[in-house]
Amino acid sequence: MIRIDHLTCGYGSKIVLDNITLEIHKGEFVGIIGPNGSGKTTIMRAITRLIKPITGTIYLEGINVSSLDYKELAQKIAVVSQNFPVMAMSVREFVLLGRIPYYNKFQFLESEKDLAIAENAMVMTDMIKLEDSYMSEMSSGEVQLAFIARAITQEPSLLLLDEPTAHLDITHQVGVLDLIKRLNRQYGLTVLIVLHDLNLASEYCDRLVLMNQGQIENTGRPEEVLTYGNIEKVYNTVVVVEKNPISGKPFVLVVSEEVKRKCER
Amino acid sequence: MKKKTTNWFFSISAAIIFLLTACIISLVSGSAGIPVSKIISIFLEGKGTAEYSILFDIRLPRIILGFAIGGGLSLAGVILQGMFRNPLVEPYTLGISGGAALGVSLCIILKLNQFLPNVALPLSGFFGSCLVVLAVFFLHTQKRVFTVEGLLLTGVMVSFISSSLVMLILSISRTEELHSIVFWIMGSLAEPSWAFIITVFVVSLLCLLLSYFFSLHMNALSLGEEEAIHLGINTERMKKQLLLIASLLTGISVSVAGLIGFVGLIVPHFVRILVGYDHRALIIISFFCGAGFLIFCDTIARTIISPIELPVGVITGILGGSIFVYILSRKSFFKAGDRS
Repeated sequence: MIRIDHLTCGYGSKIVLDNITLEIHKGEFVGIIGPNGSGKTTIMRAITRLIKPITGTIYLEGINVSSLDYKELAQKIAVVSQNFPVMAMSVREFVLLGRIPYYNKFQFLESEKDLAIAENAMVMTDMIKLEDSYMSEMSSGEVQLAFIARAITQEPSLLLLDEPTAHLDITHQVGVLDLIKRLNRQYGLTVLIVLHDLNLASEYCDRLVLMNQGQIENTGRPEEVLTYGNIEKVYNTVVVVEKNPISGKPFVLVVSEEVKRKCER
Repeated sequence: MKKKTTNWFFSISAAIIFLLTACIISLVSGSAGIPVSKIISIFLEGKGTAEYSILFDIRLPRIILGFAIGGGLSLAGVILQGMFRNPLVEPYTLGISGGAALGVSLCIILKLNQFLPNVALPLSGFFGSCLVVLAVFFLHTQKRVFTVEGLLLTGVMVSFISSSLVMLILSISRTEELHSIVFWIMGSLAEPSWAFIITVFVVSLLCLLLSYFFSLHMNALSLGEEEAIHLGINTERMKKQLLLIASLLTGISVSVAGLIGFVGLIVPHFVRILVGYDHRALIIISFFCGAGFLIFCDTIARTIISPIELPVGVITGILGGSIFVYILSRKSFFKAGDRS
């Protein structure tokens, strides 16, 4: 699906990603984890051509992404990013913006097909009941769902999500991730997701990519990546790794300084 | 969805009715009172009568010019406010007006207008504004990234520099020159030749057509630049094209009619409160409302203390500003305005 080949890139003279090679297969659900500033978001930005590689290439279905124009790219990749613009538009209008990559030059109104696709996306994300509410009047969980609905409306084959569960309560965290999982399983949508919460990453992702200082530290199934040794090395924090009794996936518990001192005594 | 297109239809019709009303009021008011009912019979009688020449040689050209410039300025305002995602940006923020004022002041102080009467002032104004746009543009293409914030700051600074230069010229010029510079700066729709009127009219309508092709992209841009790129829009190219359209509109309006302020700031803002963010409606309605507003203000400017004519820029400022403050102070409107 997407192959990142010896990619080095950054902002100005500061190199953020250093010689990264990563391949994501069709239909995979891949999570990127790692400390702040380790280059997680930068990978996303490189894929969508927001920043240009210094060296290396990114291939999308075998084609070099820098040879595609933005419109073609937007028909294949949809992004749910962290920035929340507060907009005076209704959910329906917002979701319909996802059809922009498909409009031709002389088209100004949505076609019946565009409307049907947007409607379907709103049904899938359960936003249809809110279609006339304004984006600026909704909770952050609902805004996140509207973003995902817009992404679905783009009919992508690859979905990129940058911390879609940040600032959400556990109901919405699980709701959003269940929805993405459903899209992945039922429609074969390839998902690349940046997550801060290691436990959510462990529960939902087929494969994890652990980033550290602009390089890939480790990649593999959650139980291979989320080991005590890996986490302590990358995050510099003492943790306890246990197994979720129901799913069998690893979960990570932090240890506070106070408790640590008690144990040492 | 049906609802949206019907809404647009009604809003656009309302804007056109407003525009036509302004045109008719402007046509019938003035020192020689001609009632509405007589317009058609005067037109049918054809050339020759004094009333015919008042209507079609004096009042009609002003209406057409008001239409083109009012529409053009508020279109430029819509484009720039959408592009910079900042409701305080107006066509004059980027220093285009400052450049035109500088060009005209130089032209007057160097007495170029004595060699080429009628033509010299608009031409030098246009060259002045072109120069500023090119400077702003050039300063920006030097850098790899074409950021809107940087562009805005450069524009504001260039604007300051050129208005300071105008001040400098004013301070060293003689009284009669001072008078003509100041009058030009205040803006007026009086007495340009037909050639200029038709040029402005054609350019204005062409820009309306062109910018309409960007309406959907401008909707996406209102989410922010990164989001627009994610929706498949080449924002770099689009911003340059939009900037060129807005500059052309502003430059040509300013060079023909002087600095008519406020239309490009208030009209887009006002229309956005009424019809929402969607540029597919916003562009057209702003154009018509701006046109109607300027024609209306010009009618007031030339009739209120006739035979003396006030600068139309004064009327747009006083009238537009007070209407806007009144609307903002009304609570229900303010809530809608909050969303915009």
